Amino acid sequence: MTAKISIQHVQKSFRIQRNLGHIKENSQPVSALRDINLDVKQGEFMVIVGPSGCGKSTLLDLLAGLTKPNSGQILLDGKAITGPNLDRGIVFQQYALFPWKTTLANVEFGLEAKGIGRKERREIAQQYIALVGLAGFENRYPHELSGGMKQRVAIARSLAYDPEVLLMDEPFAALDAQTRETLQSELLRIWEATKKTIIFITHGIEEAVYLGQRVAVMTSRPGRIKQVIDIPFESRRSEEDLRANPDFVKLRHEIWDLLKDEVSRAQEQEKTKTLSSFPSGNSSLKEVANDG
Amino acid sequence: MANGSAGETVILRDNKGFLAVEWSLTKLRKAFKVSVVIASLLIFWELAPRIGLVNITFFPPLTEVLSAWWQLLISGDLAEHTSASLLRSAGGFLLAIVISIPLGLAIGWWKSVSEYLNPLLELMRNTAALAILPVFILLLGLGETSKIAIVLYACFFPLLLNTISGVQNVDPLLIKSARSMGLSSVRLFYKVIIPAALPTMFVGIRQAGASSILVLVAAEMVGAQSGLGYLIQYAQFNFQIPNMYAGIISISVIGLIINYLLVGLEKRLTRWKQTHSE
Repeated sequence: MTAKISIQHVQKSFRIQRNLGHIKENSQPVSALRDINLDVKQGEFMVIVGPSGCGKSTLLDLLAGLTKPNSGQILLDGKAITGPNLDRGIVFQQYALFPWKTTLANVEFGLEAKGIGRKERREIAQQYIALVGLAGFENRYPHELSGGMKQRVAIARSLAYDPEVLLMDEPFAALDAQTRETLQSELLRIWEATKKTIIFITHGIEEAVYLGQRVAVMTSRPGRIKQVIDIPFESRRSEEDLRANPDFVKLRHEIWDLLKDEVSRAQEQEKTKTLSSFPSGNSSLKEVANDG
Repeated sequence: MANGSAGETVILRDNKGFLAVEWSLTKLRKAFKVSVVIASLLIFWELAPRIGLVNITFFPPLTEVLSAWWQLLISGDLAEHTSASLLRSAGGFLLAIVISIPLGLAIGWWKSVSEYLNPLLELMRNTAALAILPVFILLLGLGETSKIAIVLYACFFPLLLNTISGVQNVDPLLIKSARSMGLSSVRLFYKVIIPAALPTMFVGIRQAGASSILVLVAAEMVGAQSGLGYLIQYAQFNFQIPNMYAGIISISVIGLIINYLLVGLEKRLTRWKQTHSE
């Protein structure tokens, strides 16, 4: 079987210019991603997990076509990705809803970009709003919705224009724990209903094991794929409490083992970075959440 | 969540009668809060000259001012001066909108343009419009052109600067999200940048509306044959003190009305915004 998405030898580096007031240093290019190889099958739920700052979001930008790799290529159905297109839908952590549009108009936005007529647009949008469980909230503005509801709107918006692949960039990270768990099982239901290929990025191990058919573990910067782990649960939704299943716990532990060193290395990187940007020593270290 | 809000509406309906009474009471209390200070001021204005607190010649009581205003109104003088003023300020204001909003959108969008223009804009913004009124009169004469030009100049900068900052402060995530849906730059601008920048642009529109009246009145005092500024100045020179106050009252009422209209328009166009007033 050919891959839906094929990431081949992708490299990406940035040139970061830091302005410290008096010193203007021209820093050397920072390598964000190094030799990424990953194939995602049609209809697969692939989760990419890694420590913070490992280049997960950079990888997602590359998949979206918002930036270009320095070398290597990403194929969608055998064709190289050259730019953003409606064949890929993105769901961002911060929802990115248009605040001046109602739920309905937000969901219609991508359909409008696709050139679908007004009447059909409305029908499709309503159908997807119902799919994410927001029927009755069509005329609410984003500020009238809770975080979880906003993210449902964002998911409906991305699904409505029927992309080949759904890219999700830590979509539930900003939500409270209970809303997150609800949305995780909702997402599985939606995935089963739509049979979309999903690439889901997270730093939560439990989330990764719960959602993914396969979990790709990334290293700290420069990000590489350390290992891809199969999650062999059949129907996730039928099982009452998957999280208490001994296999679940074992897999979670396995991924944590893979990730442990990377997280501490990422924290070291964060520390040295912070220290060097505040040479006087009043370093405000940002806590790196390790989740699990 | 749907259940929760449905429950709330039911409760609201049950208490409708009671709420109506409470609502009108709060409304009454609010009306009192809003009007009490102004009402006392007006009463003070009426009484102070009459009991000799201030010189009645220079500070006539309110009723006298109002009757002078009525005289001006029925003689048609007031309408003539008001329409002269309004035409000038509306002309300058609308011209400023037509010129500075597209310009501001362009400057805000192309970063390099704003880097070149910023020092100049900063300099001109901090030059009081009235300071260069003599220049306008020298170049454009005493006629309508110089007055419209000064209003245009005064409205130009609040509009331009707020439009620029509106465009520059659009949430980058919204742009990223729209771009990921393959929007072209033109559509992105039209569908995302302009609506997102609109609230900030309206701050500029309101500032411009206020300064269009402010600057015009001053300009009419310097050189004009009509207009409310001229009326006030002329009345003072000819010692028609009640007429002078009548002109001043007219100006402040017009200012209030313009601001009210612009706020109303803003509310209509930015209905989606969260209101913090509740």
